[in-house]
Amino acid sequence: MKFTSEEILETIGMIAEDKLDIRTVTLGISLLDCSDPDPAVCARKVREKIMAKSADLSKKTDFVANEYGIPIVNKRISLTPISLVVPLAKPSAFVEVAHAVDSAAAEVGVDFVGGYTAMIQKGETSIDRALIEAMPEVLSTTSRFCASVILASTKSGINMDGCYTMSQVIKDTAGRTAKNDGIGCAKLVLFANPVEDNPFMAGGYYGVGECESAILVGVSGPGAVRRALEKLGPDAGLGEVAETIKKCAFKITRAGELIGKKLAEHLGVVFGNLDLSLAPTPAEGDSVGQILEIMGLAMPGAPGSTAALMMLNDAVKKGGLFASSSVGGLSGAFIPVSEDASMIKAAESGAITIEKLEAMTSVCSVGLDMIAIPGDTSAETLAAIIADEMAIGCANNKTTAVRIIPAPNKKVGDFVNFGGLLGKAPVMPVSQVSADKFIKRGGRIPAPLQSLKN
Amino acid sequence: MGKNKKCIVVTVIGKDEVGIVAKIATVLAENKINIIDINQKILGEGIFAMTLLADRVGSSLSLPAITNELKASIKGMSLDVTVQDTEVFQYMHRV
Repeated sequence: MKFTSEEILETIGMIAEDKLDIRTVTLGISLLDCSDPDPAVCARKVREKIMAKSADLSKKTDFVANEYGIPIVNKRISLTPISLVVPLAKPSAFVEVAHAVDSAAAEVGVDFVGGYTAMIQKGETSIDRALIEAMPEVLSTTSRFCASVILASTKSGINMDGCYTMSQVIKDTAGRTAKNDGIGCAKLVLFANPVEDNPFMAGGYYGVGECESAILVGVSGPGAVRRALEKLGPDAGLGEVAETIKKCAFKITRAGELIGKKLAEHLGVVFGNLDLSLAPTPAEGDSVGQILEIMGLAMPGAPGSTAALMMLNDAVKKGGLFASSSVGGLSGAFIPVSEDASMIKAAESGAITIEKLEAMTSVCSVGLDMIAIPGDTSAETLAAIIADEMAIGCANNKTTAVRIIPAPNKKVGDFVNFGGLLGKAPVMPVSQVSADKFIKRGGRIPAPLQSLKN
Repeated sequence: MGKNKKCIVVTVIGKDEVGIVAKIATVLAENKINIIDINQKILGEGIFAMTLLADRVGSSLSLPAITNELKASIKGMSLDVTVQDTEVFQYMHRV
């Protein structure tokens, strides 16, 4: 036979037992031709374009998943940052267009749309201000449209006024969605150095350098990596561990490459890129934290977690890059707390803290992700947490992000429960030492030096 | 794989019993799916394992429909059956 039984059984096992799947098929759509000074016309144009481009997305995605026997879990859309589409400094215009996007998304059968996005790393325009002013209303009255704000970049430094504004937006949004533990904040990501072709939500948006429309595929498979390491045994050296992760990442990426190419053919759009990111879900075994445990840490958060995560993230990237010439997006390991069974346990027991998570984000994809903190955390403290995370991205020339939920009326030890892929999280303690005066200074932290790095 | 072929790999694993191969082969034949190669083993304690390569170009059934037909044919037996397009293995195991 063309393939050995071992190869066949390995693949079958990866899909059936290890939950290897295509986590998301995201259709990127440019909205640059939908701009209009009349909000009603702009909303209509945006809606019509989404409907026209993604009418077949759901049907064709299901067809390809069935034909190749690889599950595709989510179908999503990412849009041109809406701040470049709505040419009006009026919050009401943004609310109107956002509702049009949300209802179009529901009609075409996608669960999340990214692109309620402003880029203010160096400063705000009046349009950005209107977008941000409307954000709490948009996040609390729509269910599918996800927001992101770029607050920092290696080239621009950190917009500290933006960090403070966004901490207040987060608190306002949490308050408006208090009945659901502040779920509105789960749809808001703050970035340093974001990528423009990220298929994963809530932080995905479709950059201006992209073509008219493209398929962005997000592949996951922490379960498959965990299984490969289990087979390797506890005594293998770390060099062997890295090699095993690389090989596994290669195979997972190849599956994504196949599906991406086929989908692009069926939908008649460009295959934009493939993002291999180990993205956990609350399901048993689908966990990045468990990979760290198999590596030999009693729990994620133990000393050594940063080193282990650096190796995991790097090996995933190396395996993925060899497997596909379309690798893009974030491509690495995600460590969201609420979406990972092992991270939830570690946070609950106090093994992992926000400070340790912050250290870990300096060596992995994304950042402080899906973390619940007490609802009475001050806007100044929240802004300071955001600024710290932006600083890690800014100084290290990498993407970092913050998706944090100040859970209304909740204290340390309480749980927030969002259900589904967003999972549940224990409310984690936040340092009580004040950063008020630092945050209230405002302004911008200049771009960091790129040479003389020590 | 030839251009005029549409190949699948059928995997059957579970408790060994009389007639598993016959049942699977019958369903494939009835649906005009041509068997190209079969690998079958009994692993230790009566565990049946078979991987089978077949061409479905002449069949009108979709891949999930083939899976369902095969599952129905071995219903009541302690067996798992999966059907995959060979391109998946090609991509994952060959550079």
